[in-house]
Amino acid sequence: MAHDNHKLAIFRGAWTFKSNQSKIWGVFIVLSIITIIEVVLGIIRPEFLTDNTFLAMRLLNWVFILLTIVKAYYITWDFMHMRDELPGLRRAVVWTAVFLIAYLVLILLIEGDYIYEVYNNGYIKFDF
Amino acid sequence: MEATVVETGTEGKTWGGGHRPLKASYGKMMMWFFIVSDSLTFSGFLAAYGFSRFKFIDSWPIADEVFTHFPFLHGVEAPMYYVAFMTFVLIFSSVTMVLAVDAGHKMQKGKVTLYMFLTILGGIIFIGSQAWEWKTFIKGDYGAVETKGGNILQFLNTEGERVALADFATKLPGAIQSQSESEGIWFETGTSAPTYTFEEVKTGFMANENLLVRTGYLNEHGVPTVLSREESIDKLTNEGLMVVEGANLRHNEYGPPLFADFFFFITGFHGFHVFTGILINIIIFFNVILGTYERRGSYEMVEKVGLYWHFVDLVWVFVFTFFYLV
Repeated sequence: MAHDNHKLAIFRGAWTFKSNQSKIWGVFIVLSIITIIEVVLGIIRPEFLTDNTFLAMRLLNWVFILLTIVKAYYITWDFMHMRDELPGLRRAVVWTAVFLIAYLVLILLIEGDYIYEVYNNGYIKFDF
Repeated sequence: MEATVVETGTEGKTWGGGHRPLKASYGKMMMWFFIVSDSLTFSGFLAAYGFSRFKFIDSWPIADEVFTHFPFLHGVEAPMYYVAFMTFVLIFSSVTMVLAVDAGHKMQKGKVTLYMFLTILGGIIFIGSQAWEWKTFIKGDYGAVETKGGNILQFLNTEGERVALADFATKLPGAIQSQSESEGIWFETGTSAPTYTFEEVKTGFMANENLLVRTGYLNEHGVPTVLSREESIDKLTNEGLMVVEGANLRHNEYGPPLFADFFFFITGFHGFHVFTGILINIIIFFNVILGTYERRGSYEMVEKVGLYWHFVDLVWVFVFTFFYLV
């Protein structure tokens, strides 16, 4: 049990807190800033991010997904105390979920794109 | 309470049991197992959403234009502000939860009680906000026309502003009207009729020279295509089928029916998790007040329910991204 021996450094040791409570507030500030950036980007939608694509997806969407994963990291590591658990437990939980989800998402998105192509190339008439 | 313990005589040996290689209690391990399986369920839903979206990649609604309402600010365009507020409420209730866990480690009963109470309050505000969001989504905004192919046609004026059906539809005599049981001898309830029939919308559209049709198809900038006046008339008369107001599982005025289906299903399933989270939190809250964990000498139950509550927050972070931002 991880009683009173929390790891108090985030950002790879760049920011160390004096107590677990102040670490919680620090992580809350980090999560809030990320959410504010997401909402502002979602409302402004800067043109160079919406008009340029990487791997067939808009840069803006890559930014959103990246920021979401950063948020998920801090929620899991600091709010759910994953930082204080043993590597064995951490890997059993995180790697299992990450690999299965990445595989599922990859295969379903490729399939969805294929069906779009079939519709789009006129083999099936669906807008009449 | 001590359960019956069966001694195997192999304690102390490597494979004899009794080892705790992960240094986590049984209950906490099981909560992590549950969270992994539940996150796979949610990712299944979100991946299915992605699949359907890629299938209709060029006609999917833009969330900024669907969720533009804020309570008590009627008629003000407020894209996503309310969802951002909901996100903050949930993150903040996560903070109070983790503060409760921290106070529990230090055996401070008063602080645990206060933080648990704030967490429950945050959960209730969130689920109330979600109910309001659903209500607004179901009620709809401007209204639209659905084509025979199941696509949605929305109406704009020449300045590019959305126009509601009520602003131009002409009331025709003899159009359908809703009846109630008191008006008939033999009465069977059916689906409620839309405020305007398709013919009324078409007549109104023909009479107003400055109205245009916008299809759901996105152009190369990711903005829905606006047709010229001639194309609009052609599209509406040849392909228009019925009037759609608001959203249900079969039709919605925002875009493909799948959009509303996934919205109801995924946010509904998440809302159900928030609801059960609130219930479990309330049970733990009363146990804290009664001093159950004080007597047990450990507030680990608060930590376990905290894991669940953070997981609900974690899922919302992803739902927020994939439904409202991307």
